[in-house]
Amino acid sequence: MKLVNLLALSVSTFAVMGSGAMAQSGLEGMTIGFSQIGSESGWRAAETSVTRQQAEEWGVNLQFSDAQQRQENQIRAIRSFVAQGVDAILLAPVVATGWEEVLSEAKDAEIPVVLLDRGIEAPEDLYLTSVASDQVLEGRVAGEWLVEEVAGEECRVVELQGTVGSSPAINRKQGFEEAIAETDTIEIVRSQTGDFTRAQGKQVMEGFLRAENGGADICALYAHNDDMAVGAIQAINEAGLAPGEDILVVSIDAVPDIFTAIAAGEANATVELTPNMAGPAFEALDAYLNDGVEPEKFIITESRLYTAEDDPEGEAERRRGLGY
Amino acid sequence: MNARYWPLVATITIFVVAYALAVMQFPALFSTRVLGNLLTDNAFLGVTAVGMTFVILSGGIDLSVGSVIAFSGVLVAVLVSQLGLHPLPAFAITLLICTCFGGTMGAMIYYLEVPAFIVTLAGMFLARGVTFLLTQDSIPIDHAFYDWVRQFYYVMPGGGRITFNGGLMLLVFLVGIIVAHRTRFGSYVYAMGGNAQSAALLGVPVARTTIGIYAMSSFLAGLSGIVYSLYTSSGYPLAAVGVELETIAAVVIGGTLLSGGVGFMFGTLIGISIQGMIQTYIVFDGTLSSWWTKIVIGGLLFGFIVMQRVIIAASRRDWRTKPHPEPAPSG
Repeated sequence: MKLVNLLALSVSTFAVMGSGAMAQSGLEGMTIGFSQIGSESGWRAAETSVTRQQAEEWGVNLQFSDAQQRQENQIRAIRSFVAQGVDAILLAPVVATGWEEVLSEAKDAEIPVVLLDRGIEAPEDLYLTSVASDQVLEGRVAGEWLVEEVAGEECRVVELQGTVGSSPAINRKQGFEEAIAETDTIEIVRSQTGDFTRAQGKQVMEGFLRAENGGADICALYAHNDDMAVGAIQAINEAGLAPGEDILVVSIDAVPDIFTAIAAGEANATVELTPNMAGPAFEALDAYLNDGVEPEKFIITESRLYTAEDDPEGEAERRRGLGY
Repeated sequence: MNARYWPLVATITIFVVAYALAVMQFPALFSTRVLGNLLTDNAFLGVTAVGMTFVILSGGIDLSVGSVIAFSGVLVAVLVSQLGLHPLPAFAITLLICTCFGGTMGAMIYYLEVPAFIVTLAGMFLARGVTFLLTQDSIPIDHAFYDWVRQFYYVMPGGGRITFNGGLMLLVFLVGIIVAHRTRFGSYVYAMGGNAQSAALLGVPVARTTIGIYAMSSFLAGLSGIVYSLYTSSGYPLAAVGVELETIAAVVIGGTLLSGGVGFMFGTLIGISIQGMIQTYIVFDGTLSSWWTKIVIGGLLFGFIVMQRVIIAASRRDWRTKPHPEPAPSG
């Protein structure tokens, strides 16, 4: 079972990384420090396991340090990496501020630093590059899918927003709105926060269904993350409607549970927030350390769309092995 | 040897042996860079631990220090970045507020006869809550003064740096050692920790000393918050969560009796260094879970608490068998 998972996983990571994955000798034997925030969510646990797998594929000796959600632990780890003389440092910063001093020490020691999945407020010359997803793009991909799916028909959409004021909520809303602005048939009729949680997603969806003629007037649901969508699917089922048919469901993140729902026909599409931030980071480091190529300052990871045609059962199985 | 010295000797032995073993495995650990990092990265912890040593020596406890560190760092950031104050007056205001806060806790502990545990627990929630009232986000501090302070560092041979923060911690420890072992206030603290009632009978001003101890602890926590803000150039309301427990652990591993009255300020410095060393070792290893820090600290704490019971038992026996017990050393 484990072997099958591993095999499936390496196939999927190859697929995600594309052609770059093949030239993997450049970092062989190098030591790279990775200061991770912690393991507060399934996605982060998956990011850690994918990073370890990537390191193995590249032949990198990965020094892993879990900061347990504390910036001071991350700073300590980076200082120790510098003292140890690692070849490069990966940093998933817990907070945006407060990195200048320690990163300038790394810079003085000529150790390149790559930021993963979050940005920081510091001069750009303190890090080599930052690998992150484009949250606006994620929303746009979800919106474009819906535009194509309804193909010009009238569609009244309800939206489950993320935590109020959080950057994924703002950006994913913006991207989706940009995409559906291209047509005048799709319109967001109700939008409320479900706080990124399953329970809230269900509760808010129940309210939407009551307000929209028992759900008969709703054509599609857009949720800012999969968890809220899974909660909402439950609410739709309880209201006696068929999620995925009566009400289309599209969401973002690509966690295992949404693939189970897609496989059961209860959800239609999800946009992946890839946990593979390390792959592009290693590619950039390879180019920089071996060929002296400065990478772009911001590397955007792919926001891939998954539907029922993309082997949802297999995807669910594969992702469960990553610790989601 | 006097049983009072056992914990200190044990602490120093553990540090030296553990460090030697670690260096044998990772020779790069034996460098001035690691030494400099140990000082810089643990500066805020060390400054707080000096105050905590006084508190524990007096037989008390202060759970509020972690929150006070966060409060102080955030207040400085708000004053400097949002209200445009120069950092120096901002530091003064912050330290004044922190000192008054600690003094109030000390007064409540003495006059209301509430256990220090309860009062400082309330202080912990209060300070953290007020911090979040000030800001929910982290506030960057971008001020020329911060850049100016940051350029003060001494480069040791081998590339290690003694930074301003690291130097400040050593200075605070030096002052702490002098106050603990060479001043009247210090001897009052030891006397109270030995036995508060007989201390009062012997003429120790218990009210003043209690208020002084907690005021000093909060003052140093406030100073630690300033050190933290220099360290990260920002104020972060989630900073230093759980630092009070790390500090207490460092003090106990440093050889101070949790029941008070016995201990050395220098031991606390070693206690801090042991904790820092474990963390450095785990990063150097790169495969161990960082939770091993907590496991090892927990194990050491158990060991020291058992040793403390043995020492207390041993010193009681000394008391009975010796016709003229030697007076308690004041240092």
